[in-house]
Amino acid sequence: MNQNITLTVNGREKTLNIDVRSSLLEVLRDQLGLTSIKQGCGVGECGACTVIIDDDIIDSCIYLAVWADGKSVRTLEGESKNAVLSTVQKGYVDEGAVQCGFCTPGLIMTTTSFVEKNRGKEISHEEIRKAHAGNTCRCTGYQTILTVAGKCLEPGKEPDE
Amino acid sequence: MAIGQPANRVDAVAKVTGRARYTDDFYRPDMLIAKYFRSTIAHGRVISIDVSKAKALNGVEAVFTYEDVPKIKYATAGHPYALDRSRADVADTLLLDRQIRYMGDEIAIVVAVDDLTASEALELIEVEYESYSPLISPEQVLSKGAREIHPGQSNVIGEHQFECGDLEQGFSQAEVVHEGQYETHMLQHVHIENHTAFAYMNDLEHIVIISSTQIPHIARRIVGEALDIPWGRVRVVKPYIGGGFGAKQDVILEPILAFLTMQLDGRPVKISMTREECMLCTRNRHPMTATVKIGTLKDGTMVARHMDTLFSTGAYASHGHSIAAASGSKNTLLYPRTAIGYHARTIYNNIPIAGAMRAYGSPQVVFALESAVDDTARKIGIDPVEFRIQNGARQNDLNPLNQKPIQSCGLVECLEKGRELIGWQEKMSQRRQQTGNIRKGLGVACFSYGTGTYPMNVEIAGARIILNQDGSVHVQTGATEIGQGSDTVVAQMVSQTMGLPMENIHIVSTQDTDVTPFDPGAYASRQAYIVGNAVYKAASELREKILTYAAEMTDKSVSDLEIEGRNIVLVDQPGKAIISLIDLALDTYYHTDRGGQLTADVSHKTLANPATFGCTFVDITVDISLCRIRINEIFNVHDSGVILNHSTAKGQVEGGMAMGIGAALSEQVLIDPESGKVNNNNMLDYKVPTMIDLPDIGCAFVETVEPTSAYGNKSLGEPPVISPPPAIRNALLDATGVAINEIPLAPQVLFRHFKQAGLI
Ligand code: FES
Ligand code: FES
Repeated sequence: MNQNITLTVNGREKTLNIDVRSSLLEVLRDQLGLTSIKQGCGVGECGACTVIIDDDIIDSCIYLAVWADGKSVRTLEGESKNAVLSTVQKGYVDEGAVQCGFCTPGLIMTTTSFVEKNRGKEISHEEIRKAHAGNTCRCTGYQTILTVAGKCLEPGKEPDE
Repeated sequence: MAIGQPANRVDAVAKVTGRARYTDDFYRPDMLIAKYFRSTIAHGRVISIDVSKAKALNGVEAVFTYEDVPKIKYATAGHPYALDRSRADVADTLLLDRQIRYMGDEIAIVVAVDDLTASEALELIEVEYESYSPLISPEQVLSKGAREIHPGQSNVIGEHQFECGDLEQGFSQAEVVHEGQYETHMLQHVHIENHTAFAYMNDLEHIVIISSTQIPHIARRIVGEALDIPWGRVRVVKPYIGGGFGAKQDVILEPILAFLTMQLDGRPVKISMTREECMLCTRNRHPMTATVKIGTLKDGTMVARHMDTLFSTGAYASHGHSIAAASGSKNTLLYPRTAIGYHARTIYNNIPIAGAMRAYGSPQVVFALESAVDDTARKIGIDPVEFRIQNGARQNDLNPLNQKPIQSCGLVECLEKGRELIGWQEKMSQRRQQTGNIRKGLGVACFSYGTGTYPMNVEIAGARIILNQDGSVHVQTGATEIGQGSDTVVAQMVSQTMGLPMENIHIVSTQDTDVTPFDPGAYASRQAYIVGNAVYKAASELREKILTYAAEMTDKSVSDLEIEGRNIVLVDQPGKAIISLIDLALDTYYHTDRGGQLTADVSHKTLANPATFGCTFVDITVDISLCRIRINEIFNVHDSGVILNHSTAKGQVEGGMAMGIGAALSEQVLIDPESGKVNNNNMLDYKVPTMIDLPDIGCAFVETVEPTSAYGNKSLGEPPVISPPPAIRNALLDATGVAINEIPLAPQVLFRHFKQAGLI
């Protein structure tokens, strides 16, 4: 069975005709070509498919596309603007927090959401670790990712435009 | 200059913007999806199979069974071709097989218009088995009269031994002898991108395969072998890949995909493994058992050591006996001034297939060795760090295997640095007798490792550098970027040797066997070393050509000229351009009477295999009643020669240590001992450390200069994973007095041992 949904993706409104059984991951990748969204498990274990919906991060592989009707979705494709990386993206580059890069899109969305929610707060390493525990990275050991998240929350770092 | 700088990765922006494309991102709407029909028993044979219902399902394009595929056995291991065919990898794999050797074995394959239809079709296949009792444990496999898992072939697929020095005399001289048994279990790579590939035909002859592989050139050859077609008809393209760690150093999906597209009129066919399938049906780390015997004098001098190991390769040979052999050789350099004996066997069993995994058997062997070394140090009452410093390799020691001097070695310095970082002496001197429930422990372990596979295999690398019209260069190598940062250090090397700024160096990241210079690929921590020598040669050659051309254009002599950034300068007047590289490049291309495109295209064989060294120091707290280990501090210190890029090097070490910590504390593929069923082939039940499971990870380097490397570097990709597990095991021994000779040191294991020791 197919159905129309209307959602905002990276700031642009889209109306899509979708198979009601499909996941948000499938629709965003196959219909909109947003291939930053990676599938590492398809069952909510690895976090490679993380996107931001309204203000929360979700695993798009276990989120039905129909649930996104009327909502606003952010994927990694929308994070750099006018050829300028977001603070979090730039942090990942500068700290060497990227290796194979397969977990990276999901992790950047998680860090982005975390940083946006916690700006101006005193945040411990423990809290950063907990907030990122849903994203598995097999390459980095997370040390650099911890550093990126910490630095993005340092006073003086302005939110992106 | 560029070498030694913490340069940002050349692919970082592509990856943080989500624009880097991986195999699955080359989506084509007309792509067919193939799915394997897999066995539900671990050992047996298919008596009959009925695929008619599956074939009749709407949307199914084809179903193939073991009856439909060529009867050609091939080897899947990602090794270079062996000229000496007696040393070729074991060819024991058919595209599809009626013999069943593990639960998940490939019997048939369905091709359908989409994933859902293919899955539905699998449900419609009817199969009847004759089942044999599974041979899971080494005892079962080696028992008298055990059925041959590959009929006509012994269940022991490889066995060898060697001796360096006089072992018998060594042990007879020993005043203290320690002997112990050690065991490691099966592990999974859990690269985040599952195995995936697709194939199509460009015309009626050429097959194109896009694959998430570490070894495109080897994959092309093996496809040719498996289908008995000329290798030149096969083209393998490797885009960005989401990790491999050795699991993609076997050729798993490419041959069947080539077969399918040939059968289906060249249409694109894809196999994307699910996580569960990938964890069950690709490759794993070999389970191993070892007996280690170490003889020492009372003053702490090691005089003899012997290891006897047994590796289980599972259902198919994959890398065969190579892993048991390589890991036996590589550890000999750790304590080289002693008699050394090694005996190893590799066996088949009815469990998932083991293959290459980061550090190729060394984590298993070094766990056994370094645990036994600590046990020995305790026995003679010597500080375990001192014991290692006393016996550890030093520069100019002879490599026990070839009697050549070890040309670069910083092991002792690594140990000293690590001891300082963790505060070993201070903490040890404050140590009181511990009796409570919470206890602290310190542990250390070392490793030695190789750089590449010479002289077992050829070590060949290709590099091509082209001067573009705008004065920049494009660089192509056959060395594959798999996340380790290969492309970035190649750019740094070119920058270093040619004098060009990093922005003017463009790396072609994709390997395409039709156009990329030959190189077998990413394994054995070989690339930055082996390709480095090729890149150096190519960069030097192109530099020479550019300067010669500049000399012709400017009427100067070549020896007076130098490339400096974007210009050519006089050696004695740096900073003053006599001609820009752009003008020179334009002239080479467009001058009507002279010049031509300036390129260097080099293939280079390296005839050396330098040893690398390093160690782990760890400080832990053990909660005895909860059977839990908490890591307070952990450091790896590495001698990998010159560090080419401190940022990516640190990344390799941290990631390797995390994988080592996972192996030490939580990871294990759980196999039912009766049925051979794997119970945790998913990321919920197989415990890869998440961010919250890991401590802060520290690392440091002791830089030596390796003379056989153009840039002074040695292996770094794999070694960091090796020594954390024995270091943690030794810290647990220090904390509790309980020697646990197996990993993972998970709560259920600790419980068993603590109970036995009367601690709980
Ligand atoms: S792909 Fe969605 S959580 Fe793994
Ligand atoms: S960078 Fe490879 S999985 Fe995270």
